[in-house]
Amino acid sequence: MKARLLPAGFLLVVASAGQAQAADLTISCGAVGAELQLCQAGVARWEAQSGHSVEVVSTPNSATERLSLYQQILGAQSSDIDVLQIDVVWPGMLAPHLVDLNQYLPTNATQDFFQSIVDNNTVDGRLVAMPWFTDAGVLYYRKDLLDKYGLEVPATWQQLTEAARTVQAGEREAGNSGFWGYVFQGRAYEGLTVNALEWIASYPEGGTIVNDQGDITIDNPQAAQALTLAASWINDISPQGVLNYTEEEARGVFQSGNALFMRNWPYAWDLVQSEQSDIRDNVGVVALPAGGENGQSAAVLGGWNLAVSRYSEHPQLAAELVAFLTSPEEQKRRAIDGSYNPTLPALYQDEEVLAAVPFFGTLYNTFTSAIPRPSAVTGDKYPRVSNAFFNTVHEVLSGNTEAQQGLDGLQSELRRIKGRGW
Amino acid sequence: MATRQQAATSDVAADMTDRAFLQQQADSPRRERGTRVRRRRVRAAWLFLAPMLVVLAAVAGWPLVRTFWFSMTDASLSSLEGGQFIGLENYLVYDNGWYGIMADPMWWQSVWNTLYFTLVSVSLEAVLGVIVALVLNAHFRGRTLVRAAMLIPWAIPTVVSAKIWAWMLNDQFGIINHMLLGLGLIDAPLSWTADASLSMWAVIIVDVWKATPFVALLVLAALQMLPSDCYEAAKVDGIHPVRVFFRVTLPLIMPALLVAIIFRALDALRVFDVIYVLTSNAASTMTMSIYARQQLVEFQDVGYGSAASTLLFMIIALITVVYLYIGRRQLGGGS
Repeated sequence: MKARLLPAGFLLVVASAGQAQAADLTISCGAVGAELQLCQAGVARWEAQSGHSVEVVSTPNSATERLSLYQQILGAQSSDIDVLQIDVVWPGMLAPHLVDLNQYLPTNATQDFFQSIVDNNTVDGRLVAMPWFTDAGVLYYRKDLLDKYGLEVPATWQQLTEAARTVQAGEREAGNSGFWGYVFQGRAYEGLTVNALEWIASYPEGGTIVNDQGDITIDNPQAAQALTLAASWINDISPQGVLNYTEEEARGVFQSGNALFMRNWPYAWDLVQSEQSDIRDNVGVVALPAGGENGQSAAVLGGWNLAVSRYSEHPQLAAELVAFLTSPEEQKRRAIDGSYNPTLPALYQDEEVLAAVPFFGTLYNTFTSAIPRPSAVTGDKYPRVSNAFFNTVHEVLSGNTEAQQGLDGLQSELRRIKGRGW
Repeated sequence: MATRQQAATSDVAADMTDRAFLQQQADSPRRERGTRVRRRRVRAAWLFLAPMLVVLAAVAGWPLVRTFWFSMTDASLSSLEGGQFIGLENYLVYDNGWYGIMADPMWWQSVWNTLYFTLVSVSLEAVLGVIVALVLNAHFRGRTLVRAAMLIPWAIPTVVSAKIWAWMLNDQFGIINHMLLGLGLIDAPLSWTADASLSMWAVIIVDVWKATPFVALLVLAALQMLPSDCYEAAKVDGIHPVRVFFRVTLPLIMPALLVAIIFRALDALRVFDVIYVLTSNAASTMTMSIYARQQLVEFQDVGYGSAASTLLFMIIALITVVYLYIGRRQLGGGS
């Protein structure tokens, strides 16, 4: 039995080894929504054009987990992955493991891109990643339901709370007992940092976690106000389960017609408007609400970039793949097919793009003036800062701590993390 | 890393008992026959043990020593060899306030969470395991089939079963809430994995579901070896079955049950996968292993994370030693 199995096993090993050799490059892509299919399609076009083969690997949906995975792979100096899709907050952290793309790409490679993202991706004069798509939080709402109850699109968080309450009560009375007013990303992970920073920054004069000078500023009145309001949502207009939601869980509730409002990234547009969606053509997208009358809408900057690992065996080839995937044609295709925000200003005037995703035009300012997370100033300690922040917010939302009390604790926790300096 | 260390503890424990056993074997019989035979036996024993000891030293001893070393440096994951020796600063240090793991309330919460999880889940598994084993030990039609079916939860990889449970426990679409609502037991869906007061119970439920078959299997094996004469005597004397269980069955299956419990307790003390899949890094269910992983991988702090792993190792070793000591004394007193 064993003797007979052996040759078969041997063949299998040889076959898989042969397969592994056939791929010249490996790229890691996200798999949130239609991301993976879009990535595969783009890679397939490059394969056809260049004659090289590329293996696409998918990575965890949670940005926090994805970073851990990358850090393990890069920490081991593994050549397994050549091209990495990295978050806009990671270049500083991962820079030592990434090649300087300036050495492989033509000198004017970045001239058409948003300068702010290029600057973000340049660490000590080295261009460590090319901007692939940008992101900013937006508010999705149900046009049909706001019309039905004669409500305006909310301009402040307070109005959102009121509208959500009214519609939720009405819809529940009408028989949909699982209907909720507002869903967002409330799990204790990077997404909650983004959501909570958007609340805090939307209040007058804008609160911050750590300011540009590196001072710890989270114990501010805006933050206390914002978190108190957010905590009141749980079990009122938001299900308690939101405390374990990431982007896709929130979209699941919204897209099945069980929520009035949703905070999410632009990627969700293409999916809530797809053939399978229960709420197709009933969805609108606006900037996130402001914190009170004198506040302003604040969207946190997200977005993903393509970087080449320093341990890649084919850095030149990998850089060419990166250049192809970030090219105007490819970004246009991704904008139309998947509503991914281009990183090229010119595409926001492209008629075909605007026809597919109208809010790329109306929310252009939101995308260009999005607020960065304090990753540049906190450097390597950013994951810890973010972790302390989202854990505190999670505790406040869960009702285990009062907002002010939580922020006091967070202030000293951040001081502990900062130590003698970031 | 924690897993490896844990494997090391149990292996070392097993190794020690094996050695003691061999020593006894080598020592006791025919001592008067002179030392030559004895010495040869000891040498042969060591010769046979050597490969295992070498492998153990390589796969368990070396990582353990390395972790000890790292725990006294400030190494980070991106520059493992660049760490400087900083003594016990990762554990506890005074620098205008206490810092280090021992001063981190999150660490103590994860220790408490782990102990709570272990105590509750292993107790439930032991009780349910014995009940399931007693049922399966009875004669009924289709017994073989049920015995095989019982093993399914144990056979499914934890990550897979945890993910299945995550969907079943989903607050909006989960079947558990659907059933409870249908039965009228609750009037609003519960958010099992998000509600801090429920999430610990959610992971305990999943763990009990998964590990009860393991306990049942070991106890069932013990049940099948029980001598039938005790039971016949009890029957003749007209003893109540419940009394028979506590006076005859339970003491006789105790050794097997204790083994099952120690295996389960060791697993539960270093629990990671089921909790990580269900509730990620949430504070209300964070265990020592999840804490150590977060420091090691997410925060890249190999020094601090290794210190957490070392403490985890020591806590488990301590509990194991105490448990074995008490278990042996009780068994010794019973027999």
